[in-house]
Amino acid sequence: MKKNNVLKTLASSREISLLMVMLLIVAIITWRNPIFLTLKNISDMLTNYSTTMILALGMMLVLLIGGIDISIGATIALSGMFSALIMRDNQGVPVVVAFLMSIGVGLICGLLIGLVIVKGKVPPIIATLGFMNIYRGLTYLMARNQWVPAYQIPTAYKQFATGRYLTFGVLNNMITVMLLCYILFFFFLKYTKTGRRIYATGSNVEAAQFSGIDTDRIKFFAYGTMGLLSGLVGALWVSIYASAQGDMAMGIEMDVIASCVIGGVSLSGGRGSVTGVFLGALIMAILGNALPLVGISQFWQDGLKGLIILVAIILNVLTQRSIIANNLRRRQA
Amino acid sequence: MTVQKEPETILELKGITKLFPGVRALDSVHFDLKKGEIHSLMGENGAGKSTLIKVISGVHHPDAGHIILDGKERVFRGTKEARDAGIATIYQHVTSYPHLSVAENIFTGHELVKNGIIQWKEMYRRSDELLHELGADFKSTDEIEALSVAQQQMVEIAKALALDSRIIIMDEPTAALTKQESEQLYLITERLRDKGTSVIFISHRFEDMYRLASRVTVFRDAKYIGTYRVDEISKRDLIKAMVGRETSEMFPKIELERGEEALRVENLSLTGYFHDVSFNVHRGEILGVTGLVGARRTEVMECVFGARLPSSGTIYVKGEAVQIRHPQDAMDHGIGLLTEDRQYQGLILDWTIGSNITLPIISELGNGILTNERAERSKAKTLAEKLNVKAQSIFDKAKSLSGGNQQKVVVAKLLASDLDVIILDEPTKGVDVGAKAQIYEIISQLAGQGYAIVMVSSEMPEILGMSDRIMVMCEGRVSGFLTPDATQEDILHLAMTKDTEGEE
Repeated sequence: MKKNNVLKTLASSREISLLMVMLLIVAIITWRNPIFLTLKNISDMLTNYSTTMILALGMMLVLLIGGIDISIGATIALSGMFSALIMRDNQGVPVVVAFLMSIGVGLICGLLIGLVIVKGKVPPIIATLGFMNIYRGLTYLMARNQWVPAYQIPTAYKQFATGRYLTFGVLNNMITVMLLCYILFFFFLKYTKTGRRIYATGSNVEAAQFSGIDTDRIKFFAYGTMGLLSGLVGALWVSIYASAQGDMAMGIEMDVIASCVIGGVSLSGGRGSVTGVFLGALIMAILGNALPLVGISQFWQDGLKGLIILVAIILNVLTQRSIIANNLRRRQA
Repeated sequence: MTVQKEPETILELKGITKLFPGVRALDSVHFDLKKGEIHSLMGENGAGKSTLIKVISGVHHPDAGHIILDGKERVFRGTKEARDAGIATIYQHVTSYPHLSVAENIFTGHELVKNGIIQWKEMYRRSDELLHELGADFKSTDEIEALSVAQQQMVEIAKALALDSRIIIMDEPTAALTKQESEQLYLITERLRDKGTSVIFISHRFEDMYRLASRVTVFRDAKYIGTYRVDEISKRDLIKAMVGRETSEMFPKIELERGEEALRVENLSLTGYFHDVSFNVHRGEILGVTGLVGARRTEVMECVFGARLPSSGTIYVKGEAVQIRHPQDAMDHGIGLLTEDRQYQGLILDWTIGSNITLPIISELGNGILTNERAERSKAKTLAEKLNVKAQSIFDKAKSLSGGNQQKVVVAKLLASDLDVIILDEPTKGVDVGAKAQIYEIISQLAGQGYAIVMVSSEMPEILGMSDRIMVMCEGRVSGFLTPDATQEDILHLAMTKDTEGEE
């Protein structure tokens, strides 16, 4: 009886079905190349993909309210380039200040997008398509189409991405920042009014308005947060690659959206969990890190990655359907 | 004992006027509500009921008039202000958050927080208390999507209770409920009343009003017609007040010569749903199909129309056995189905009336490559006029029409194809009295034009008033055929006759 219940819970939880998909992928990869499951490789993988993982949180908010943001790559470039240029010209800028500047630029970018979408009533995909080009163009203009090479970036800043001082030597700083973001978001979405109202807005805008929720403000908040996180990632990006280029983070939005969708975030809003997004982003990271490890040719990697993403999503949809079917059956009983 | 004191008036609306661009939605209307009263609000679709409740609940701001709550004039600048004043609304289309838990649905907008942190345990506990109070059979942790419409409505009531509302407005709460579920809602509503909560109850169903309300206010064409004591007004007078005319001609049945057999169904079965269903219908005949909830009438019709594949049985069209594996096959054989769920299955709401009507025959009117817009337009216009669709032109969007008119467009769409048999599933569900009469007229006309009509309906007066023959079903079996001079009791008797040993 009890066992049956456990099985039912297993089959009816999207997160657990995701976890199983991930374990399967890990098992196959480890069988092909045991290097994958070493502490060093996992640490490297998380360090390299912490950016995508952080962005997935912001994208989740935007998707939850039924929107989408494809301009994040450009926002990252603009904010990262901005602080890189400031640092190039003022070598003494403290790391914290550089980070804050980048975050600030990202936040402004996000708020502008929110303004156009909420007040201008422009469909999110169109608005962010526009801003994607605007921000990217601004990045090139601002840098006069040059890049900021490693030697022009302060050493302390470059060391952030390789250092472990945030946790006094336990974890890489990038991983620490990423984990902090996840903990913060988990708490925020579950235990704060604003967090729950994001779900309410995405689930049924009209009902939310009738409940007295300022849905415009909620949407504004989501795009603002997405911008803020893009700004943060812009700063991290410059640190980890030890340079700032006009075309950095180009196309990253697709990996980020894929992470969310694999993680079970509904593109029509209202559904998605931090745990799911974490697993989704982790699966993307594993694919990106492991496919070269198992010796698959460069040309096959992209196709295979796409295929695995599709399979993961189809499994996810099937789980969702069985949940709905279960619900219907219960409804009939 | 002492003379019962007249309860105090809790809410009064005086001379409320609300204008929308080009429309006077409310024209100086009055309304008053006493403490612990269930007050029914009636009127045809578009009479202004929904606008009035939106004014009361702070969604709309009246252009003129006064809202007096507890003897003090109030102005609600938003739903939150009305809610804080103790007014809760349960809307017609359930305004829940399908992805969220019951507890969240109850508390969204006024979450229980301590130091900015949501108190989940407390919210679940309070919700379970409320659900228990309402006699609900589900938990606060359940997801809304997993609940039936009746259960979702209960959540909405719990939401109102959580807000300590003194006035609860229910907009057509029984529209989507079965008899049993309605009864449960009645009990809950009465319990609320006995506790001193005032309820404004909007419904098209007379039985709701007679069962619950002590007074009824009638609106017509955005105007206030009157307020009556329910025990002092007859149904006939009430209909007259609502429609502004007598509806003795409610069922415009024309006696017709029965034509040749158009459709015959023999021993149709669908495993797990129904068994050995056989019936036939002739040209010019209206076959009424009725039964209680779970009789599987709709499933039978979906099989005839090819929307489901029967497990066994034969369908004959004009005497010839045919294979119907897909709705297109049914259409090709001249069988059309008007679904129960008109909005979702019948119409593309964002399209114009004309495009909706001609959608099934686009390829026939065109020349194989290009569509023929002129032919489409004239065909749509003819059909829309034939059915008297109330709209500016056939270029109006379908969603701008009232329920009754949408119904007509769906019928027009059916007529556009070359049909012999028309199956109507609950043609008057969710339609107001005036539009009902029009729909009956259309059905009669169609029969008069030689169509064979199968009309599935749960409303016995409608079945008795319109049908030439009546087929009664009970739990997936045909329990008998009746003539229209049968009584409601006869139908009920058959509808509850099972040949297998059931449990209930």
